[in-house]
Amino acid sequence: MELRVAGLTHRYGETCVLDDVSLEIPAGRIVCVVGPSGCGKSTLLRMLGGLERPAAGRVLQIGRPPEGSLNPLTYVFQDFALLPWRDVAGNVRLVLEDHRLPNREDVIADVLARTRLTEFARALPRQLSGGMKQRVAIARALAVRPAVMLMDEPLSALDAQTRELLMDDLIGLWMRERFTAVYVTHNLAEAVRLGHRVVVLSRRPGRIREIVEIDEPLGGRGAMEEVQAHLWGLMRDEARAADAELVP
Amino acid sequence: MTDTTHSPHGARSAQTDGSARPVPFRGGGFRPATNRWAGPLVFALLIAFVEVGLRAGWISNLTLPLPSDVLATFVQLYETGLLWRHLVPSLTRFMVGGTLGALAGIGVGTLIGLFGLARAGLVPMVAALFPVPKIALLPLFVIWFGIGEGSKYALIALGTFTPMVVATYGAVDNVDRTLIRMGQSFGLSWGSIVRKIVLPGAMPGILSGLRIGLAIAIILLVAAEMLGAQYGIGAYILEAGSLYDLERLFAGVAILSVLGVATSAAVAWVERRVLRWRS
Repeated sequence: MELRVAGLTHRYGETCVLDDVSLEIPAGRIVCVVGPSGCGKSTLLRMLGGLERPAAGRVLQIGRPPEGSLNPLTYVFQDFALLPWRDVAGNVRLVLEDHRLPNREDVIADVLARTRLTEFARALPRQLSGGMKQRVAIARALAVRPAVMLMDEPLSALDAQTRELLMDDLIGLWMRERFTAVYVTHNLAEAVRLGHRVVVLSRRPGRIREIVEIDEPLGGRGAMEEVQAHLWGLMRDEARAADAELVP
Repeated sequence: MTDTTHSPHGARSAQTDGSARPVPFRGGGFRPATNRWAGPLVFALLIAFVEVGLRAGWISNLTLPLPSDVLATFVQLYETGLLWRHLVPSLTRFMVGGTLGALAGIGVGTLIGLFGLARAGLVPMVAALFPVPKIALLPLFVIWFGIGEGSKYALIALGTFTPMVVATYGAVDNVDRTLIRMGQSFGLSWGSIVRKIVLPGAMPGILSGLRIGLAIAIILLVAAEMLGAQYGIGAYILEAGSLYDLERLFAGVAILSVLGVATSAAVAWVERRVLRWRS
């Protein structure tokens, strides 16, 4: 399944946050969305998954979600959004309970194994580090077999070392199973490590500034300094202006 | 000390001038320590003070009964079996009325928390009901529900209901919105979101509302029994009061206090079990 964004425009009151954004998310690839703060990247992601209605334009699903997908458009949130009163396995079970599944516990065991969380199945979120919490959230997302993963700054709440480890984990997961993802971030290093395609949004109102294709295979990438420098060149002035702006 | 503090080397010379002292600790306080003996000790000291004062004569025996006499009255009450004849109807009223009121309060509070129409329609009504002394409505309830148990259940239920509504809808309002959005994004049904995300998330607030609700239930229990009951702690206290029988009056009051402490301990126990996920 692919996603196509056509002429997406959105306003909050007087402020225009997204202006005529058109975008393709091809199957089996990771599209990173970067831009200065307040450029509407999180709004874009909420619209991709149907959590918010755009003022104009459409988000189209092209093709059917794969067989057995319980929740084709699945989010991974920045703040993990785990239920603190459920243990790790219970948090994964939450999203499966509304579906009739003969092998629910097998699915849970499988995703916990894939995210290397098996031995923490009975732990409560408050006992886990930030990196572990986000791995639980990723396990929960994998459990519903998404067609497209919508990741909203998934590593931004983590420290640099944990971020590095989780990036490796995500690459490993993608290498094994070529999932489709939209990955919103403000961190250019993440974007060039994980993205097949990097979409640079301009400052409010968010417009597409440039789409950078990165052909290098995901597994063998280094820091990609040239691409990073290029992206930063596109964003620097706007990032500075965004920083100096009063919050509306 | 010379003028070394003004020089850029001031720090080093201060270190070497021999007057090293530890940095004073400023971080303590503002965190009440637990002490399981303090509470009972205050009780014991107060009772001992009254006992000694009455026996020595510097407290008039018109003002307070001898604690030991109160204890004897209580033992007598227990031995004659009268204790249970008063306690069982009271506890039944407390439990039936309290349960009805708490459940209705949680239900209505959840509706107010979730639906704009319920909020707009019911919050003013609850605000109007909250400050009314419920005991003033007892005559009305007697007409509606009869002179028997019905009016007492209704009164206690109403007393528990209002604080539970306010606590519940406040707690539902405070449930982390990102968790609800997460539930929606995974396509959870409305019922699942309410049962698995909203209600557990509101549970801390609901339980602290329950403490207040049940304390009010005890107050109304006694008030209702004073106005019309043959048996019950309230009736017992009223009878003792009208005879100026201080020993029996205080025995009755002590039973109420124990009931209050027991209720509070029960809620604390539930909190510990249900809210184990909080650190």
